[in-house]
Amino acid sequence: MRQLDFMGKRRIAFIVSIVLTIVSIAALAILHLNLGLDFTGGTVVELHYAVAPSLDDIRTLLANSGFENFQVQTFGATDEILVRLQQTFDNDVGNQVVSALSSGGAQIDLVRAEFVGAQVGDQLRDQSGLGMLIALAGVAVYVAFRFQYKFALCAIISLGHDVLIVLGLFALFQWEFDLTVLAGIMAVIGYSLNDTIIVYDRIRENIRLSRSDDLAQIFNEAINQTLSRTLATSGTTLLVLFALFFLGGDMIHNFSISLILGIVAGTFSSIYVAAALLIVFKLERQDLIPVKKENVEGEEELP
Amino acid sequence: MLNRYPLWKYLLILIVCVVGVIYALPNLYPQDPAVQISTTNGSLDSQQLDRVTQALSDDDIQVKSAAMTGNNTALIRLSNAEQQLPARDVVDNLLDNDYTVALNLADSTPSWLTSLSATPMKLGLDLRGGVHFLLEVDMEAAVKQRLEATASAIRADLRDQRIRYRSTDVDDNALHLEFANAEDRDAARAQISQTFNEFQFENRDEGRRAFLDMTLTEQAIKDIQDYAVQQNLTTIRNRVNELGVSEPLVQRQGPSRIVVELPGVQDTAEAKRIVGATANLEFRLEARPDAPDSETETFPFRNDPQRTATLSRDVIITGDRVSSASQGFDQNGRPQVNINLDGTGGSLMNQATRTNIGRNMAVLYIDHSTETRTVTRGGKQVEERIPTTSRSIISLATVQSALSNRFRITGLDSPTEASELALLLRSGSLAAPIYFVQERTIGPSLGAQNIQRGIFSVIVGGLLVIAFMLIRYKAFGVIANAALAVNLVLLIAAMSLLGATLTLPGIAGIVLTLGMAVDANVLIYERIREELRRKTPAQQAIHAGYGRAFTSIVDANLTTLLVAVVLFSIGTGPIKGFAVTLSLGILTSMFTGILVSRALVNLSIGGKPVKKLWI
Repeated sequence: MRQLDFMGKRRIAFIVSIVLTIVSIAALAILHLNLGLDFTGGTVVELHYAVAPSLDDIRTLLANSGFENFQVQTFGATDEILVRLQQTFDNDVGNQVVSALSSGGAQIDLVRAEFVGAQVGDQLRDQSGLGMLIALAGVAVYVAFRFQYKFALCAIISLGHDVLIVLGLFALFQWEFDLTVLAGIMAVIGYSLNDTIIVYDRIRENIRLSRSDDLAQIFNEAINQTLSRTLATSGTTLLVLFALFFLGGDMIHNFSISLILGIVAGTFSSIYVAAALLIVFKLERQDLIPVKKENVEGEEELP
Repeated sequence: MLNRYPLWKYLLILIVCVVGVIYALPNLYPQDPAVQISTTNGSLDSQQLDRVTQALSDDDIQVKSAAMTGNNTALIRLSNAEQQLPARDVVDNLLDNDYTVALNLADSTPSWLTSLSATPMKLGLDLRGGVHFLLEVDMEAAVKQRLEATASAIRADLRDQRIRYRSTDVDDNALHLEFANAEDRDAARAQISQTFNEFQFENRDEGRRAFLDMTLTEQAIKDIQDYAVQQNLTTIRNRVNELGVSEPLVQRQGPSRIVVELPGVQDTAEAKRIVGATANLEFRLEARPDAPDSETETFPFRNDPQRTATLSRDVIITGDRVSSASQGFDQNGRPQVNINLDGTGGSLMNQATRTNIGRNMAVLYIDHSTETRTVTRGGKQVEERIPTTSRSIISLATVQSALSNRFRITGLDSPTEASELALLLRSGSLAAPIYFVQERTIGPSLGAQNIQRGIFSVIVGGLLVIAFMLIRYKAFGVIANAALAVNLVLLIAAMSLLGATLTLPGIAGIVLTLGMAVDANVLIYERIREELRRKTPAQQAIHAGYGRAFTSIVDANLTTLLVAVVLFSIGTGPIKGFAVTLSLGILTSMFTGILVSRALVNLSIGGKPVKKLWI
């Protein structure tokens, strides 16, 4: 089978990764995430019009009815309208919006109305950040326990890299970041980790089997051996995600985007970042082969 | 060498699969839109049911079946979901107030499945339509209310013991009593400290004034808050049941929040009014003309704010002592509420009225409400809540004779108000005010659309994966696809068994699981291919492939499971649904990917001397 020299090109991969990470951090710092209702608090009302309306008419109608600080946009189709309100929810704001808008003679159905208190949003934001950190820490402990701390460190860096890039792209394109996207990113952590562990597992196995000290060569072999698996699994997962993206409807649109981006980034990082970092962190054969075990084997060979 | 499993392994796998199929089956039977009738104090029989079905068919509403489901409940299944709302209105108009008519989705699971307690998955609000509320219990108010009640009890106690006090005062976590001199205070302290041991007592002197400070202990505050949330939970549950919603969810979330989910409800305004209502009653005697100001309070009348009456500060009983209440009319056709008190309430009322015949007793209507407004403070938007409590007298009448545990109150504006008050008295009052901090209303059309799209993407995603596996792994692809199908069945069975709620992100989780579930098989097959390239004999290659891939599969899946568990613990509602699906999917895919696919391989070619593998 053809061997691709992944480790030889690791410098290029590092540059790509670093550039992407910097762009992501810059996007997050300058543009910020376009946080959804779940995190900011506020009110969203989704309406279905019998006939596609003009957005300007809606804005005028709402302004005339005394609403302030609102945004009007189409949601999916031109006859689906999303109205965002900053004002605090009072009893039945959904119906108020409907009655304000139908005063223009349009036929409207209330599809959904959501209200989130600012306090709940703040709390959720803290909780989500904390949850992500706990997940990463838990993963690090597990990998350190099953492999070795250098593996844990590299796995965490590569996971952080994936999460940062997805977040950065969401900030860059100002896609709405809501609770489902958060769930998507957590799933990306799980998925990308899955990939990384498979590569690490092979690296560990090959280091134990081989007598060579050329780690780059061993890594290359491990990556090549797992490459078809990595691509096959990413492939099937991407297939179903595209099915979700195109067919799943608007409510999980951004969720699918986050997963698609995350899986592409995760596949890349488990090939390049996670393994190549092990070289940077100077992984050695001794890190994986317990001294005691070698002695036992040595004794067996003596007679 | 040959690849064989011992018989018990095959049997075990077979049993798991059969159980999986049985418990996944109920999901294939669609739920019927239905109207549920129940009654608490009326009677319901099949004749009445016939009358109802007749009325429905007169209104061109197609009834699929109508049956009694219990002594006092009946279920009318409809053929058409769009006729559910009109059907409810027809039934509601036909029956009087004693009956509760609710929208329902009735399972059509065959009885042999129900007898195995196999039930379909519950659908989340985003798939079914309905209202979701998140309520916050006002903890400070809970403590304050308790302090005020304690103050009232202490005043009564001190008066009984003839210990003179000047005033009682309530602040954050403490109660301050003022006495004329230190002797009175010491006597009071000796008297009170036995009864109220949840307080820390401290003497304080300011000049010639003697104070007794009673501070609640940390534990007592925690207990009070916990009690408040529990009590509110019970009350809200009672109220939601009165609303006649089928399968409502009322659940505590975190230390101070309560989630309420009402599937099928579209009228949020009514639901909010009933769930969040804080109206309560207090019965007090009118103050004697010579009573000192510190013992009296003046309130306006509810239907004539100009008129006022001065009442004693001491409460005889509150609405919490009401055991049942119903709305009715007096001789003049004015609305009234008939009240039955519980044992303690009855004797308290009897005691108070027996010794006070000829005095006036007032019924005080209390309504706590809060206005929430967003203000900008220090460049940051903050929500500010201004609690207001309105107390007004709804009736003031002379006590003619000692009252017992049954009586009626009048002075209400309308029959609606009377029946709402009766409902609130029946379901109990809220132990502390609540605020709505989150609300979601999902229309039924959106729910139906979400299900449709969800199922469609599961099918398309599944087919794509199946095609991919067939092309890539040929004969082994068939085995992987069989394992995938078993996986889907087991996942659905596990979700149904655990009573998990299916949400839209949950469906996304299933789709994602489908994509990732083949991973175990991909790993194994790639290993087998590798072995074959090294010219390992076929059976040995299969053995080595399954053996070597095992640790990778376990390591990779356990870490993903870890992340899913974290997601479950921080997530709420739909996100929890996603985490549950993901976790269950990881477990079932490990089972099917490793055991089921191996069993299939062993069964089909494991016992034969094969030369070449179609992989």
